[in-house]
Amino acid sequence: MGTYKYHILVCGGTGCKSSQSTQIVQNLNEEIKANNLENFVKVVTTGCFGFCERGPIVKVLPDNSFYNYVKPEDATEIINEHIIKGRRVERLLFRDPVTNKPVTDSKHINFYQKQLRIVLRNCGVIDPENIEEYIARDGYLALYKCLNELTPTEVIDIIKRSGLRGRGGAGFPTGVKWEIAAASPGPEKYVVCNADEGDPGAFMDRSVLEGDPHSVLEAMAICGYAIGASHGLIYIRAEYPMAIKRLKIAIKQAEEYGLLGKNIFGTDFSFDIELRYGAGAFVCGEETALIHSMEGNRGEPTVKPPYPAVSGYKGKPTNVNNVETFANISPIIIKGPEWFASIGTEKSKGTKVFALAGKINNVGLIEVPMGITLREIIYEIGGGIKNDKKFKAIQTGGPSGGCLTEKHLDTPIEYETLVAAGSMMGSGGMIVMDEDDCMVSVAKFYLDFTVEESCGKCAPCRIGNKRLSEILDKITKGNGTMEDIELLKNLCMVIKDTALCGLGQTSPNPVQSTLENFWDEYVEHIVDKKCRANKCKDLIHYYIDPENCTGCMACARKCPVNAIAGERKQVHVINQDLCTKCGTCLETCKFNAVYII
Amino acid sequence: MAKITSLDDLRKIKKNLEEQISLREKAENPESLVQIKVGMATSGIAAGAKEIFTFLVDELEKRNIPAIVTQTGDMGYSYAEPTVEVKLPGQEPVVFGWVTKEKADEIIEKYIRNGELVEGIIPQNYKTIDDK
Ligand SMILES: Cc1cc2nc3c(=O)[nH]c(=O)nc-3n(C[C@H](O)[C@H](O)[C@H](O)COP(=O)(O)O)c2cc1C
Repeated sequence: MGTYKYHILVCGGTGCKSSQSTQIVQNLNEEIKANNLENFVKVVTTGCFGFCERGPIVKVLPDNSFYNYVKPEDATEIINEHIIKGRRVERLLFRDPVTNKPVTDSKHINFYQKQLRIVLRNCGVIDPENIEEYIARDGYLALYKCLNELTPTEVIDIIKRSGLRGRGGAGFPTGVKWEIAAASPGPEKYVVCNADEGDPGAFMDRSVLEGDPHSVLEAMAICGYAIGASHGLIYIRAEYPMAIKRLKIAIKQAEEYGLLGKNIFGTDFSFDIELRYGAGAFVCGEETALIHSMEGNRGEPTVKPPYPAVSGYKGKPTNVNNVETFANISPIIIKGPEWFASIGTEKSKGTKVFALAGKINNVGLIEVPMGITLREIIYEIGGGIKNDKKFKAIQTGGPSGGCLTEKHLDTPIEYETLVAAGSMMGSGGMIVMDEDDCMVSVAKFYLDFTVEESCGKCAPCRIGNKRLSEILDKITKGNGTMEDIELLKNLCMVIKDTALCGLGQTSPNPVQSTLENFWDEYVEHIVDKKCRANKCKDLIHYYIDPENCTGCMACARKCPVNAIAGERKQVHVINQDLCTKCGTCLETCKFNAVYII
Repeated sequence: MAKITSLDDLRKIKKNLEEQISLREKAENPESLVQIKVGMATSGIAAGAKEIFTFLVDELEKRNIPAIVTQTGDMGYSYAEPTVEVKLPGQEPVVFGWVTKEKADEIIEKYIRNGELVEGIIPQNYKTIDDK
């Protein structure tokens, strides 16, 4: 079928483009023309292959040959040898780094194992509104197996042996949590799915619920069987209408098929699931606050212990797990705990889904085995920094995570290593920053988020975070002193030690990690009154370079506060007293005459 | 719908769907059925996936190309939304990103009709648990 026998795919990602992939396309097309092959071969530019390190990448279909480090002058050989004579160009084929043998099919390249989809196994594959498509991918088989072949204790044992740890942030071993809930006295117990997902920029859980809702329902039922609960509740924020809609459809279908409700699979196990809506407060993702919110009370945390597994919803034993944690359960039951434990590192098993955002080329949702490095995520999967800027930091763990730098790029990602580096796994947000980001402002940004979201119940969080934010504000305005830094450091420690819940206990992380890794920037703001990223308005001034200014009036016309004076064909001048530093003149000037000091 | 009470019931549904799919693939006229999936999670919809979905359904019908268009979840390529996966019979699926109506039109006319790839392909960059 089709008119073309061969397709040549050339990577058009930023990395490959900067190493001449455009020229390669041009040369290939010239060769094709010279050989009269226009109706036989077609060259197509594609999105990033994510293999930037070995770019430019060229792939030939239908035989799937994968060429790396291709140069424009290689076009002739690719056409003459591969297309005309049907012989692969050996010297350009990707070589397996271990065996050093050429790999002829891109499917067998290890690189593509960088991303492994367990949690997202059905996302983008099945129709989430059709339960049969889920069943066709072995859906509800794990539940069947549990109810018919395994005792609750055996189920818990499998989860324990898999090494699965909570994906909601803290990384508590899931099997152990189930065991505690199972040991708590019944009969009334609850399974709660935490779908609050409050981290700004995070959308891992939403994607699972929207793309594969049954994977969570099935796992909740398995959990119910394991701990002896017959009611499930999903706490989801009302801002997720699409996820709510798909969950409702999924619950209804599962009930119709007898996979939720009374006597599932004809056994005497019954389990139902209800939705509970949150109003989108960050603190309501904390499990005790979440439970209070579900009970109709104020969403404020309480001291643990007692843990929810002992006394939770309505004072009954309640097992709270995150969406992503649940999405791992069925594959573990079907493929076995050993399979799961073979992925990842010694202490962190399996995969983790991250929402990759910020100054990176391939913004998106990725699922990678634990133990992968930040470098692999940023430069290979993420396709590198946007506009070829310099990498500065990556913020992991959400608003209460930390900023990691160049020196952490090769650290394997695990719960423990991230904490040791001054950040945390959190729920899996990753925001990449480049040289244009001011780290003091970044710390302030996150602090302002926590100040806004603090429930106000305990003083360290309510007052302490506010003070942190005020001091940071003072520094970004150029009024800070070196004593302020000491004050910041002390305050951070006190807040961490004394706050009631996880929110306050981690909120100083962005301040501490930027102080640790970007000390110079703090000192520059305080001593030199300078912001190297030109982000702090009080520390920068816009000027017009008389050498370059042509007197075109463009900036003067655009200036919203009329701060630029000057006649046509005369050098313009910015009135510093009026200037609001909005940057419009810099954007407007075509002659590079506006600069910042 | 009768309730599922046994492993056989589960297997039956699985087999039914698999048969449906292989029937599609083994159809006498291999050009007959094309399978298209549109990534319709919140981010996809925000980027216009719904319009593309409707456009594809309407246009394929108008142009008399038998195809099955379904919605699916997030494929992970947020930077390239809306994303559309096209599987021609007997071939590997191909994902196209940044799909506008114009691009969708080009995909129908060039790729679906003639097997001619068009710009905007996003290489798959992950393995799933089904891959060996
Ligand atoms: C301030 C704060 C916010 C939290 N937000 C979430 C959240 O949005 N989603 C989530 O699953 N867990 C969140 N957690 C963690 C939960 O308290 C709890 O540990 C988790 O739901 C347990 O599930 P897991 O063991 O499967 O991770 C948050 C914790 C804190 C302190």
